[in-house]
Amino acid sequence: MLVPFFLQLRAAGIPVSLKEFLTLLEALDYRVAFCSAHDFYLLGRLTLVKDERYFDRYDRVFAEHFAGAEKAFEKIIASVPAEWLKSLTERVLSEEEKAQVQALGSWEKLLETLRQRLQEQKERHQGGSKWIGTGGTSPFGADGYNPQGIRIGQDRSRNRRAVKVWDQREYRNFDDNIELGTRNIKMALRKLRRFARQGALDLFDLDTTISATARNAGLLDIRMMAERRNAVKLLLLMDVGGSMDDHVRVCEELFSAVRSEFKHLEYFYFHNFVYEYLWKDNRRRHVERTGTLQVLRTFNADYRVVLVGDATMSPYEITQPGGSVEHWNQEAGAAWVQRLAAHFPRLVWLNPEPQNRWERTPSTQLTRELIGPRMFPLTLAGLDGAIAELRHPTLPKS
Amino acid sequence: MTDERFAGTDRYVATEDLMMAVNASITLGRPLLIKGEPGTGKTQLAIEIAAALSRPLYEWHIKSSSKAQQGLYEYDAVSRLRDSQLGDGRVHDIRNYIVRGRLWEAFASELQPVLLIDEIDKADIEFPNDLLRELDRMEFYVYETRDLIKAVHRPIILITSNNEKELPDAFLRRCFFHYIRFPDADTLEKIVRVHYPKLKQDLLAEALAAFFRLRETPGLRKKPSTSELLDWIKLLVAEDLPPEALRGDDPKKTIPPFYGALLKNEQDVHLVEQLVFLQRRNQR
Repeated sequence: MLVPFFLQLRAAGIPVSLKEFLTLLEALDYRVAFCSAHDFYLLGRLTLVKDERYFDRYDRVFAEHFAGAEKAFEKIIASVPAEWLKSLTERVLSEEEKAQVQALGSWEKLLETLRQRLQEQKERHQGGSKWIGTGGTSPFGADGYNPQGIRIGQDRSRNRRAVKVWDQREYRNFDDNIELGTRNIKMALRKLRRFARQGALDLFDLDTTISATARNAGLLDIRMMAERRNAVKLLLLMDVGGSMDDHVRVCEELFSAVRSEFKHLEYFYFHNFVYEYLWKDNRRRHVERTGTLQVLRTFNADYRVVLVGDATMSPYEITQPGGSVEHWNQEAGAAWVQRLAAHFPRLVWLNPEPQNRWERTPSTQLTRELIGPRMFPLTLAGLDGAIAELRHPTLPKS
Repeated sequence: MTDERFAGTDRYVATEDLMMAVNASITLGRPLLIKGEPGTGKTQLAIEIAAALSRPLYEWHIKSSSKAQQGLYEYDAVSRLRDSQLGDGRVHDIRNYIVRGRLWEAFASELQPVLLIDEIDKADIEFPNDLLRELDRMEFYVYETRDLIKAVHRPIILITSNNEKELPDAFLRRCFFHYIRFPDADTLEKIVRVHYPKLKQDLLAEALAAFFRLRETPGLRKKPSTSELLDWIKLLVAEDLPPEALRGDDPKKTIPPFYGALLKNEQDVHLVEQLVFLQRRNQR
C-alpha cells in the first residue's frame, strides 16, 4: 500500500529517496504513528518532505492517494441511517477512560468490523462500547472517543483527530511556483556567488603558517593569503513603465535583493525593449542617458546579463525601425538585443508574466526567437533555471 | 532508545505535529531540522526539551565563519608553538592541545544530552556536508591522537535554520524535517496564557485582535511573530493599560501603543502610519 504512495510522491516532483522511505517504515515499526490517518500524515511529512516548498504537493498526493480508501468507506457510511447518528448526548471521558478504550487493529480490520457491525445492528444506538451510534466508546460513530475511531455524521471535530489537514492545503504559499519575495530572490542569487581569492595578501593563513613553521624546524614562518571575494559581475537591465507597472513591486524586490549580493553590479533601465539608449535614473531618463553601444564597450564579456521585462508589446516595437513608442529608433530593437546576446554569452531574460501566457503573446515569442531558450519566469524555480543558465550557458558562443 | 515522550512544558506550548516530530526523532535517534518564521520558538524548543526530559543541553551557535571541525575539536597549534619556544614540558603530549568542541562534549555526556545546532544556514554552504558521518554514525576520528570518539548515548539533536541557504540533499536525507507554522489564534492565546497567566481576558482579546490586524497589514517587510507579541504584552502589562486603549474609537484608525516592540523596521512603521492616516482622512 505504501510503495505506490512513495512512487506517487516522486512523480509529483518531491525529491524523496529510498533511504527516507525506509526511515518512515522504521518509524512505523517503532509505533511512532499508530493506526491514525492523521498521525501517519504528520509522520510521512516529517520523514519524507524536507522543504516546506513541497508541503503543498505532499498534501495533494496524500489526499489523492488516500481518497480511494475513503471512497470505499463512504459506500458503507451511506448505508448507516442518519437518525442513529444524531448527537443527543455528549459524553465526557476522563483521561483514564480514554486510555482504557481499546484499539481494534489495522484500518482494514476496522473497516471489516464496521461492515459486520452494520449487518448485525438493526436499531438506533447511543452510549455503550460496541454498536454504531453517538457518544460511546465504540470505534464507530460520532462524538465519542476511540484513538482509531472512524467518524460518521459529525460536523466538527471534538478530539481533533479526524480532521483532514491535507485537504486544507495550508502550505500552498510555500510552493516554489509562486512569485518571489526578496528573501527567496536573495537565496536564489546566492547560488550565483562564486568566491575567488583576489587582491592583496592581507589575511593570516594559520594552516600554511603552521606547516611552514614545522618544516622550518620550529622557527616562525608567517604566511599570508588574499581574502575571498565574490567574483561574479552582474549587469541588470530592467524594463520600466507601460505594461510593466503591474510587476513593479516584484522588480523592486529583485533590485533590492541583487544590490546587496554582488560587488560588481551595474544596472540600467529600458522601456519595453532595448534600443540605442539606456538610463540609470528613471525620472531623468530623457536627460541622462547612456548609449547602448557605450554599455557594450564598457562591460566586457565576463559580465552576466539579466534582462527583466514582460516582453509584452506590439511586435513592431521589436521588428521595425521606428517602432518604439517613445522615440524614433534608427535600428529595430531586434538588432540591439542580438548585439547584446552576441557580446555577452551569459545572458538570461526574466519574465514576470506567467509562463502559460507566453505562447499567446507574439512579442514574447519574437523575443524568445532572438535570445533562444533563455527566457525564464520570475518564480523561484525560474530563477534557479536562470542561474543554472548563467553559470553554464547552453548556447555556444556565437 | 527512550520511552520518554515530549509533550510541551508549562512554559512552552507544543502543537500536535511538533510533538510528533520531536518524539519521532527521539525514538529513532535522528536529528530534527526545524525551520519557521523568525521568532516562533525554534531555539527555545531545544531548551524546553532539555528541561522537560531533564537532560543536559549543549548549544552550538553557528556563525558565518564556523567550521564543522570546530564542533568536533580544535588543535591549538599556536599555544603548542609558543610552549615549544618557551621549553614547556607539556609540549610533548599533543593531547594537551586538543580542545574539545560542542559535539564532542555532547558525545561524551554520561546522560543522553540534547544538542542544539543553532542557525546552521549561517555557515558556509559545505558545513552540513562535513557533519554527515558524525550525525549518521555519531562518531568521529581525531587524527592528531588517532582516537575514535564515539557517542556514549546518541544525543537528541535539534538543528534550526532560517532558510538563508539551501541545505544539501545528503544532509536533509539524514534528518527529520519540521516547519513551525505561525500559530493560529487559539494556539497563540494558549501561548500568551502560559507566559502571562494573570492577564485579564478582555485585554488579551484586544491585544490579540490588534496584533493580528497588524500582521495582516499588506506589504510588511517583517511581520511581527510570537516572540514580538510576548514582548509587547509584557510592555502592556508593565504599563497597566486598560483594554480600551488598544481599541480606540475605531481599530483601523489607531496605531497600537508601544508599536516599536512589534515593528522592527523603519519602513514598516512608516507604512502603518500612512495606512492609519489614509483611514482617518477617508472617514472625514
